[in-house]
Amino acid sequence: MISSFTSPLLADDYLELVNPLWSTRELRGRVERVERETADAVTVLIRPGWSWPGHEPGQYLRLGIAVDGIHHWRAYSLTSDPGRADGCIAITPKLVPGGKVSPFLCSRMKPGAIVRLGGVEGSFVLPQELPERLLFITAGSGITPVMSMLRSLARRGELRDVVHLHCARDADSVVFARDLAELAADHPGYRLERWLTGRRGRLQPEQLAGVCGDWSEREAFLCGPSGLLAAISGHWADRADPARLHLEHFQPPERVGEGERGRGGQVTFRRSGVVGASDGEQPILQAGERAGAKLAFGCRMGICHSCVGRLRSGQVRDLRTGRVHGQPGEELRTCINAPEGAIEIDL
Amino acid sequence: MSTTEYAPPASDPRDEPGENPLGRLSPEQLEQLGREFDAIHEEVYADLGERDARYIRSTIRLHRQLVLAARILLLGSRYRALWLAGTASLSLAKILENMEIGHNVMHGQWDWMNDPDINSRTWDWDTASPADAWRHSHNYEHHTFTNIRGKDRDLGYEIMRIDPHQKWHPVYLLQPFYNLILMGFFEWGVALHDLNGEAIRKGEKPREQVIEELKAIGVKARRQIVKDYVAFPALAAAVSGRRSFKTTLAANFTANIIRNVWAHSIIFCGHFPDQTFTFSEQEVAGETRGGFYVRQLLGAANIDGGPFFHLLAGNLSFQVEHHLYPDMPSSRYAEIAPRVREICSRYGLPYNTGPLHRQLGTVHRTILRLAFPGGGPRPKPGPYRPPAI
Repeated sequence: MISSFTSPLLADDYLELVNPLWSTRELRGRVERVERETADAVTVLIRPGWSWPGHEPGQYLRLGIAVDGIHHWRAYSLTSDPGRADGCIAITPKLVPGGKVSPFLCSRMKPGAIVRLGGVEGSFVLPQELPERLLFITAGSGITPVMSMLRSLARRGELRDVVHLHCARDADSVVFARDLAELAADHPGYRLERWLTGRRGRLQPEQLAGVCGDWSEREAFLCGPSGLLAAISGHWADRADPARLHLEHFQPPERVGEGERGRGGQVTFRRSGVVGASDGEQPILQAGERAGAKLAFGCRMGICHSCVGRLRSGQVRDLRTGRVHGQPGEELRTCINAPEGAIEIDL
Repeated sequence: MSTTEYAPPASDPRDEPGENPLGRLSPEQLEQLGREFDAIHEEVYADLGERDARYIRSTIRLHRQLVLAARILLLGSRYRALWLAGTASLSLAKILENMEIGHNVMHGQWDWMNDPDINSRTWDWDTASPADAWRHSHNYEHHTFTNIRGKDRDLGYEIMRIDPHQKWHPVYLLQPFYNLILMGFFEWGVALHDLNGEAIRKGEKPREQVIEELKAIGVKARRQIVKDYVAFPALAAAVSGRRSFKTTLAANFTANIIRNVWAHSIIFCGHFPDQTFTFSEQEVAGETRGGFYVRQLLGAANIDGGPFFHLLAGNLSFQVEHHLYPDMPSSRYAEIAPRVREICSRYGLPYNTGPLHRQLGTVHRTILRLAFPGGGPRPKPGPYRPPAI
């Protein structure tokens, strides 16, 4: 009915003239505040639109944000308690040197900016029935999903028997240092153990018992770099019930090694399931056609945009300029880009 | 209408070697020229950023504000002043939406922003032509085969004789008249053109595809007609009395006609003024990147004007720059135009441009002249010379 008045646009397209958060087509949020946590991490407080579905502590958010005119999607753990009184949500990105989005968030993000809120995802959450004893092992930015859990537990008065082992380079690089200290002061059931790797070296799995004697009898939540995850989970599998260890992979954005030129790679066409390959010479389009995928195409020279597809993962090389690029969610012309390593594309 | 057929006119100076500037350039020159034009594109693309994103977002916002204003004003369209203001605002909105926004977004000019909403794949525009069909016939066919006789269906749109190489047929006697009708109902002409009547006649297009495309046009047409000729007139009637139905309908009809005439005029000035060249398939066989650029340069013509004129023209008044770089954000054409002219002057190539009245005048003269048998190519301007300072 309303669309008879607005076609080919939607009523939304006019509503957002008044308030961008009123969009019903996509969820948006407005940045309320940006707070510095450490030298290279900030907390961005966002007021979500009215249809925000809420989140479970430990889950992450797909955040859409324009940096220098270009829209990017990134996933960030939500660090706020879902029951915050003001209804705001928070993420706490850490600067990734050479990255595109985190430098913007850490130094140029201004209150009032409108961001897109993609879905809330992740199964790294507390069980329905809260176990008696909990153990959190976090390192660096791996603390972010756990912070939401701790804040939620604190509000509900359920920080009863919680040991939290957090690894950081030094005292200054502990994200949420003040909040953690406050939690420890207010809740006798919460014990914070800081492991400063600058002084004590990396945490070895065997050292776990020295920090938390009953570690193997606790329900544990582990989040940090993949090295730590591998070490702890291996140790855990040998000596305790693996079902009680919950992992979250903390993934730094992938970067293609310098100096590699035109090495080609495998192309997975997600819609058709076809897998093709390029030796670095063939564009994605040709790799797909050879493998039997039916793909839209036009000029085959990069001008008409008939062949665009959305990149899901991996990076590509522009065959005209040799430039390597590619962000998840980026629209690519398949006729002028070749895979640079394995890629997945929504075609 | 019979199939468009091409044959050389009795005497065509362009068929003499050396006349067409394309033939004058050596392969080495063409390669160098290709690199120079590529460099401009690369430079602009490397520089795209916040300023450009803000431009397209604010243009889109302006369009929506104009639509809202127009639709509100027209609720009182029974009053003459409101009718005039509303019709003017709606015409402006529709022109902006088709030219600077729709055409350019659907070209992929803003795809670099990676914005899920402002995107060539998902955009649809406020005209009768379904987005997908247009993208194929325009972005691909027309921009790839620009001005190649027998391959670019936009040369005369298969219903007119706009090039003297095209064989005369008695039906063309009527073209000055049906061109006027096309002018007023251009959006419908474009929708039907996208169907590719020639391919259908020759049986080159599967029946199912034709039916699909007809359905898509039907859906689009119904929505356009319901919106402008039923929904808004009825709303106005409910708000300000029965008489407003007719006055709002008339206002919407007028706005559509104004938009159609404007789009037709700007678009016909893109390739049909006297200055432009067309090409035979032999001339462009084995075309290089440099050759592609030269063909676009020779086949397109600009219209002089100020910033507001260029905005309303969707920057198709920079048709030359648009054809060199169809995927470059339109707001950058004015900036690169001096560099394009500079290349033209160094390579002895023409840079086709002129005021609207002159460009449009030559287009309509050609339509009149070529309605009759015969006719030859018009004299060409020769290499671009920078104005003396």
